[in-house]
Amino acid sequence: MTELLVGTKKGLFVLQGEARSEKPFEVAARAFPGNVVEYAIRDPRSGRYFASVTSGHYGPRVMHTTDPTGEWEPTTGLTYPKDDEWTLERIWSIVPGEADGLMYAGVAPAGLFTSIDGGMTWELNRALHDQPTRKDWQPGAGGLCLHSIATWPGDPSRLALGISAVGVWLTEDGGASWRHGNKGLVPRYLPEDAAEDTFDLCVHNMHRAPLRPERLFMQFHGGVYRSDDAGETWISIADGLPADFSFPLAIDPADPDSAFVIPMVSDGDRVTVDGRVRVFGTRDGGETWTSLSDGLPQDDAYLTILRQAFDREGEGSELGLYFGATSGDVFGSGDGGSSWFSVRERLAPVTSVRVA
Amino acid sequence: MSVATVKLRSPLRDLAGGNREVSVEGSSVGDILRELERRHPRITGWVLDEHGRVRTHVNVFVDGERVQEDAPVAASATVHILPSISGGSR
Repeated sequence: MTELLVGTKKGLFVLQGEARSEKPFEVAARAFPGNVVEYAIRDPRSGRYFASVTSGHYGPRVMHTTDPTGEWEPTTGLTYPKDDEWTLERIWSIVPGEADGLMYAGVAPAGLFTSIDGGMTWELNRALHDQPTRKDWQPGAGGLCLHSIATWPGDPSRLALGISAVGVWLTEDGGASWRHGNKGLVPRYLPEDAAEDTFDLCVHNMHRAPLRPERLFMQFHGGVYRSDDAGETWISIADGLPADFSFPLAIDPADPDSAFVIPMVSDGDRVTVDGRVRVFGTRDGGETWTSLSDGLPQDDAYLTILRQAFDREGEGSELGLYFGATSGDVFGSGDGGSSWFSVRERLAPVTSVRVA
Repeated sequence: MSVATVKLRSPLRDLAGGNREVSVEGSSVGDILRELERRHPRITGWVLDEHGRVRTHVNVFVDGERVQEDAPVAASATVHILPSISGGSR
């Protein structure tokens, strides 16, 4: 049985079903009605569920539970300091770390929070927050947000972060110090004579290949990139895609040459290209891309798939893929994208999809 | 020190142990809200943000008048904490 945690503009939907049956999933629970659920995960180590919930009235917070059909409780510490000029607006991502109890949360305005007690309490990473350039950080259209946290398998000292629009940040000392990893990224939205070392770089999504952790894939604000040196430098791999603008990104953990994207027209028209919903996959590190659209809408289907609304289940021959759109539709594939089925229709606008 | 009656609706009521109203000591709205957080820690962060300001889309009324954190609270006042109509779900 597959369990999907689908964050929407109107609460969290817990969907359950069998991917191989290609039948719609059941709605096992709806939590936080009326609130935006930005993101939700289940930490496989503890079995605990976490949801980033933003109340239009009462602000953002991370809630937790061991039973997503039951009661949820707030975690603590996920706020900027009382004397800071920033106020927490939104929690974009929650990621299990590479040590017992270690977890990360990426937030807006852009900051990294760490938990060492399995997500119950959180603390701001001061080294990133105290960067002298922070006063010059510029937001993307979705805000100034830290959305991508790429851990290094087995090594909690190494992290790569993606911030919109402040580029890639790297640490090799567990977050005690940070440096940029932006070489090769081309921001077409800046003048051609913009400074070569600009950090106004709008990373949209970033994932690490766990079997070759020095390899990362990135969906940029106009561009798809790969790094083979742990995020120091980036090369374009967008040739062969119908468009290079998008937000969602997924990988097959068993195949370091794999990546999956869902192209959208442009930053001025954030919908699927030509009214066709198509996932594009590569199995050769981005040298070539294959359209994976069997079963997806191909006629006048102008969908928007948000940054966190694409995830995978399993790996290799057992790879499943799932994504949701702001139309409220959720699609799934139990065969690595070769064929797709409708997981659920007409939910609220989907902000995130994660396999529990 | 004044004692005010703070009236709560869901979800704040649930965070305060299901109490629809709570008697809280304090001479200003800020005092009352901080004391409310101290007695019911699960409310922390819901009404006041991390800087101690009433959240933008929450309204606090004292005896029917909408007020800010620094407003005085008289003995036996009734304090309502309500979501504003401007802050609904996106």
